[in-house]
Amino acid sequence: MTEQGASPVVRLAGVGKTFGAATAPVVALADINLEIGRGEFVSLIGPSGCGKSTLLRLIGDLTEATGGTVEVNGKPARQARLDRDYGMVFQSPVLFEWRTVEDNVRLPLELFGHDRASQAQRAQEMLDLVGLTDFAKRHPYELSGGMQQRVAIARALAFSPSLLLMDEPFGALDEMTRERMNSEVLSIWQRTGITVVFVTHSIPEAVFLSSRVAVMSARPGRVTKVVDVDLPRPRGLETRESPRYFNLITEVREALRGSDGGSSEATLASPERTAAEGGIG
Amino acid sequence: MQALRRNIPALLILVAILVGLEVFVRSANVKAFIFPAPTAVWAALVSNWNGGYNIFPAARATLTEAAGGLVLGTALGLIVAFSVSRFPRSRDTILPLAVAINAIPIVAFAPIANNWFGILSPFSKMAVAASLVFFPIMINVLRGLTDVDPSALELMRSYGASPGAVTRRLRIPNALPYFLTGLKVATTLSLIGAVVGEYFGGLTDTLGRVVVGAASALRFDITWSAILVVALVGMGMYLVAVAVERVLIPWHPSVRGDQPA
Repeated sequence: MTEQGASPVVRLAGVGKTFGAATAPVVALADINLEIGRGEFVSLIGPSGCGKSTLLRLIGDLTEATGGTVEVNGKPARQARLDRDYGMVFQSPVLFEWRTVEDNVRLPLELFGHDRASQAQRAQEMLDLVGLTDFAKRHPYELSGGMQQRVAIARALAFSPSLLLMDEPFGALDEMTRERMNSEVLSIWQRTGITVVFVTHSIPEAVFLSSRVAVMSARPGRVTKVVDVDLPRPRGLETRESPRYFNLITEVREALRGSDGGSSEATLASPERTAAEGGIG
Repeated sequence: MQALRRNIPALLILVAILVGLEVFVRSANVKAFIFPAPTAVWAALVSNWNGGYNIFPAARATLTEAAGGLVLGTALGLIVAFSVSRFPRSRDTILPLAVAINAIPIVAFAPIANNWFGILSPFSKMAVAASLVFFPIMINVLRGLTDVDPSALELMRSYGASPGAVTRRLRIPNALPYFLTGLKVATTLSLIGAVVGEYFGGLTDTLGRVVVGAASALRFDITWSAILVVALVGMGMYLVAVAVERVLIPWHPSVRGDQPA
């Protein structure tokens, strides 16, 4: 479906991010090296505070790296942002409540000076894509959380960026809605051929969606392992029930545990066993 | 129709109070200069509506002063709020100054305004009204312009939007509900400012002068009828602000009227 181009869409080389004063620096990210090819779907997963959202925001030039190189489409991240190379989806939908659904999707097109006719047409196409055609004239408050996040996705895709950055977009949704949204994102990704970087703390979500999962550790945030997800596409219910899927979930989980550095399971296991034995006795 | 039904309890209570007062004043034989009966107030209002104390022309003049002050004070409040939000460094200079000005009792400023702008000129009353209106407008709009969802700002940044575009498409719509809250407070304040300005001297046919004149002539029935008209004018101005709110922010939770649990 997609060809692996010579130049990656995202190139991170020796990227670091340090917050705070020079006297008491907090190292959020250290020595991140990652290349993401055209048409890939890459998830960043790790414990809270591992800097996965910060890494995503570095790619989007919403914050600046304190070391290393961040390139998008072969350009510095800042230039890529000004060239509107990426669309962003946040954890909350961030819809403007004074605008209708349609006008929210049109927002970037207005800012980029598209003419009104093409704005309307494009908004229509995007709402068709996310299945909200009938809700164009509604206001955000009339929509459920999942529908609002679909509007946010339509808005991010409206100006046909080559890269989609998603920061825990379904973290606030219930499990059933989340699974449905996962399938929708995959179908959109397959139809548009867009490159996706997806931040999540859900292992099943990362494995189900991604072509690769980058596992991160905390303090300082590093990419400790990149897991290739070779599950066949299109992915659906069978994928979620296949042995390979569970194997990959285990692989990512073990990579996460390894990156945590602790063998917390051993300490947890013994009182449990004692309790069980006590029950039998 | 629905609005009428919602206001029925308030109307019933008002009628009960009026009837109660009437009964009390008559049965206890309260002197008219202490508390006139509601019917006496009504009679005074009718006989002085257009003639005598000229309450209707007075109301028109006071409303003009209040409305003029409201427009002036709102414009000034908007200018300062936009300037401070655009140049955050000016905040520490301008805000303490605005707070200090706001802390001056209005009765202290009214005679000065009469002196500056002419005791018989409506502009002196507009100045007093504007000085009261300025602060709630400024402080609310400033809050609305700056209290923006950080993610929304990041979204605009991701589009490479200019500061002007961020103001136009994000900050101003975000500030509208705050502005309208300030405006609702400001309507009644503008009327208070105008009446207080009139207290310290001005044209005879204004509500403030009617109150002062009738009271010094011990015609408290007329004083009360003028006060009643002040209240009604203030209520009218407030309702106009509410109507403006419904037109401008129909999407806002305060307006769309979700049923509270």
